[in-house]
Amino acid sequence: MSAVRRDPAALPRLGWTLAALVLLWPLLRLADFEPARLLEEGNLRAMGHFIGGFLPMETSHDFLALLGKATVETLAMATAGIALSSLLAVPLGLAMTRALSISRIGPGRRAWIGVSLRALVRALLAVLRGIPELVWALLFVRIFGLGASAGVLALGITYGGMLGKVYGEILESADSRATRGLLEAGSGRIAALLYGLLPQAAGELVSYTVYRWECAVRASVVMGFVGAGGLGQLMDQSMKMLNGGEAASILVTFLVLVLAADGVSEFLRRRLA
Amino acid sequence: MGFSLKGVGLTHANGFRALRDVDLRVASGERVALVGASGAGKTTLLRVLAAALRPDAGQVSLLGTDPWTGSPAALRRLRARIGLVHQAPPIPPRQRVVTAVLAGRLGQWPLWKALASLLYPVDPEGARQQLARLDLGERLYERCDRLSGGQLQRVALARVLYQQPDLFLADEPVSAMDPALSELTVALLNEEAARRGVTLVASLHAVDLALRHFPRVIGVKDGQILFDLPAGQVREAQLRELYAAEGSVPLAGMAVPMDAGQPAVAGSPPFRCA
Repeated sequence: MSAVRRDPAALPRLGWTLAALVLLWPLLRLADFEPARLLEEGNLRAMGHFIGGFLPMETSHDFLALLGKATVETLAMATAGIALSSLLAVPLGLAMTRALSISRIGPGRRAWIGVSLRALVRALLAVLRGIPELVWALLFVRIFGLGASAGVLALGITYGGMLGKVYGEILESADSRATRGLLEAGSGRIAALLYGLLPQAAGELVSYTVYRWECAVRASVVMGFVGAGGLGQLMDQSMKMLNGGEAASILVTFLVLVLAADGVSEFLRRRLA
Repeated sequence: MGFSLKGVGLTHANGFRALRDVDLRVASGERVALVGASGAGKTTLLRVLAAALRPDAGQVSLLGTDPWTGSPAALRRLRARIGLVHQAPPIPPRQRVVTAVLAGRLGQWPLWKALASLLYPVDPEGARQQLARLDLGERLYERCDRLSGGQLQRVALARVLYQQPDLFLADEPVSAMDPALSELTVALLNEEAARRGVTLVASLHAVDLALRHFPRVIGVKDGQILFDLPAGQVREAQLRELYAAEGSVPLAGMAVPMDAGQPAVAGSPPFRCA
């Protein structure tokens, strides 16, 4: 019996782990990360005071009616924003997907056109999502004035960039053999997507889209600052008036919405599995 | 029609020289078997014939056209006329059998028809007929991940049968089937090609299967054609040279004992061949 040769990947693994730690340490220092300060006497009291201000939750009839209306507004805004963003994300995400490229098979003589087009789309998506939605919102407020349309448009653009990138990457990480087989048999891109890629990737795509919708609900807090209405604006008012009880009720509403989104996502994934 | 290769060479992206200086002319309606050790270049050759790989040397003419000089639209139309049965069936596991078979005609269908077929299969009877020839007619609405390896391979075959290509290519189409089923499936391929008068090229691991069913047998070794002969003229010495690296000549045999890995196939009823 001969001794098994030592795992050749062990040394590089140790090296990379050490390198990651060495890099992480100065980053934590730069970020002023001092968790011990959480437990200092004065800070604990301040935190307790802040959290205590949230109780009891505001449950008066008037406020709940207001909360209900704001929730519907927020849901409408998030849904419209996601719908708008998918108009951007679906075509751009598909254009970015190498597995759906016909010129890549062979490779064809003009494959470089496809390569540069995909690079261009990738850059465009980076620009769309690289600028935070708040900045887009401030820009659009100058055009549309205060209100939901600026918020929806801002969400649509930033989330379009995020969704497009992730759609492309989800499609890219699915097994591309089925798609390639179809393209090699003369199928068009969209047919190859529907018959080859979607059966494998539909679950991932749906769950990421629902997750982004959930993020859009939370992002409406930011939209509130530009007067887009909804839960964000309500939250803004409550915090400014130091009304912790109202803020707590709003936070609970967020929590319920997040749980609901989770449930929807889980249900859809199970249906598509 | 048919196809011809002249001085074709192909080096893969990783630097492996898969084909060198291949000359081959196959007339319309000919039935040819490719044999050779694994890694000899059979799959690469078939993918060149499927217009899926562009050789970096030599000339290719498929069904009377040069695939790589025409427009992209012409290339797509050509590809729709060529059917390749892949060694590993390229079918998403969650897809239903009927969808996987109907996908064979995506190259011929307009997009609206492809979309409509996802809502309700446009030609379930056509798919069922091809599946029935492979004894899978009853599994039409089942999901592909419920099938055994050999059954999935037959679904992939039914897809290309449904495509009705003018150039029928098959890359080890029976590798997951037991000997008896392999025999019947290879016979079916030949029968189909002869009936429709189309060209058939199939690579086979089992040499005896190739010799029994195909009029013309081509031995591929190290990316080159070692011999190209009528089946009756292939000599044992040539086969031994072809498989020198593997040590023995792989045979399917006619023995009935089944592949241990394929219990689902072993239990299936006798095969219908028309």
